[in-house]
Amino acid sequence: MIKVNLVIVGGGPAGLAAAKSAYDAGERDILILEREAELGGILNQCIHNGFGLHTFKEELTGPEYAARYVDEVTKRNITYKLNATVIDVSCDKTVTYVSAEDGLVQVQAKAIILSCGCRERPRGAINIAGMRGAGVFSAGTAQKLVNIDGYLPGKEVVILGSGDIGLIMARRMTFEGAHVSAVVELMPYSSGLNRNIVQCLNDFGIPLYFSHTVVDIKGRDRVEGVVIAQVDDKLQPIKETERLIACDTLLLSVGLLPENELAKNAEVQLSPTTGGAVVDENLMTNVDGVFECGNVLHVHDLVDFVSAESENAGKCAVDYINGAAPCRDKTVISCTNGVRYCVPTVLNRDETYAPQSFKMRVANVFKKVELAVFADGVKVFGRKRPVVAPGEMENIMLTAEQMKTLKQAKTVEITLIKGEQQ
Amino acid sequence: MSREMICINCPMGCRLTVDDADKSNIKVAGNTCPRGVTYAVNEITAPKRMVTGSVKVVGGNIPMVSVKTREAIPKELIFDSLEILKKVTLTAPVHIGDVVVADVCGCGVDFIATKKVDSVSR
Repeated sequence: MIKVNLVIVGGGPAGLAAAKSAYDAGERDILILEREAELGGILNQCIHNGFGLHTFKEELTGPEYAARYVDEVTKRNITYKLNATVIDVSCDKTVTYVSAEDGLVQVQAKAIILSCGCRERPRGAINIAGMRGAGVFSAGTAQKLVNIDGYLPGKEVVILGSGDIGLIMARRMTFEGAHVSAVVELMPYSSGLNRNIVQCLNDFGIPLYFSHTVVDIKGRDRVEGVVIAQVDDKLQPIKETERLIACDTLLLSVGLLPENELAKNAEVQLSPTTGGAVVDENLMTNVDGVFECGNVLHVHDLVDFVSAESENAGKCAVDYINGAAPCRDKTVISCTNGVRYCVPTVLNRDETYAPQSFKMRVANVFKKVELAVFADGVKVFGRKRPVVAPGEMENIMLTAEQMKTLKQAKTVEITLIKGEQQ
Repeated sequence: MSREMICINCPMGCRLTVDDADKSNIKVAGNTCPRGVTYAVNEITAPKRMVTGSVKVVGGNIPMVSVKTREAIPKELIFDSLEILKKVTLTAPVHIGDVVVADVCGCGVDFIATKKVDSVSR
């Protein structure tokens, strides 16, 4: 068995940023394991621009953003393996990977960073009735076919879901000569960015139907059309509103799920809300020395936030390798009144008080609210927001002094104070 | 006349209120940074968009290379610029920043490569 201090599973934006910061924190014995033939992860197929405004203060495309971090990693001579698929991670921190070059290899690590991203929710998970003809793709699969492989998967397109990938693909398919007749969104709001509704749909006159869904897929060998219907306030389709849209392709952009099969093998405790690990402020899971960062932990809106989070994970993993003792006494942060989740999920009741960011999502669109943090029932932090939405991650930064109050408290609550309650 | 618009410069997507009653003195509110003002004025006088796409590449380790306009180009040129891209085939190696199409549709902006492609001998 090979011994490596820090094994990083996944060479996408999270893994690359974690490797860079681990190196800069003094660790030299690092191994990145990447399943694909190149580093960069999903950024390689995100050829549109809009990445990096926070990190690099300029607007880059996905491949350019990836290249910046790949350069940082290669400049530091950090070891990485390509075409290497990790098939197991155990709680004693043994990582097993397979590759055509090396065969099956076991690596004993001192610390592991899981940065293996998320997966798209597939057709099977949303129970659309209908035939099984060719032409149903997840939006990300279509993105890979068009941008990486150079194939156009269809010419008459309907897109279900108005997440960013769905919106981006509406424009991309239009650019490549396809006709996108509709984007259909179950919810009364989009989980995508407003700018993408403007520049990917409005610019090309593509209609966006809120509170609608696809109830049937027609076509035996190839998709021939989809039946869409309006939904009521319980999200149930209204029979009378059904209508057929002729198309040869249905793209699904219906959500992203953190990919935690490896984490489960390692007995990492998962959050039922995010699907990612339960982590403390050091991004460490319940398994000592196993860390998570990026979309495997919770799905982010911006890669810039993934990079920042992952750089923190890299540094914390090095602290652990260098002997920082894990704290056993933890406070679970309770999320209430419309706050769906928060990362970190738990706080260590130790005496390290450093400025700390908290990232969270809300469960619905709320107007005129105050996002507030309470310690033992006393408000420690509050920020008024004109509008909060599930599609937009909220990020708050607490000072070392505020963290001291939180860490010494018996209960910590993050909540929304609404309307007249304020 | 006052109108609402969403700035597309960055993911923040600021909601702008734009008063363009006087075209020579367009008033913009709701922006978080100066780029919002430039965007709103452009959007009313001469809208522009970044265009990204991918083109074929031969002799490389990957079959397609991603490209972008170096800066935003006039919105009405989007589809003309994409037609030009369809006719382009590059030969590896390609470096980030290489000019793929110079002076797209005479607007003075180049298409440049956004990804490195290594050449492979076969």
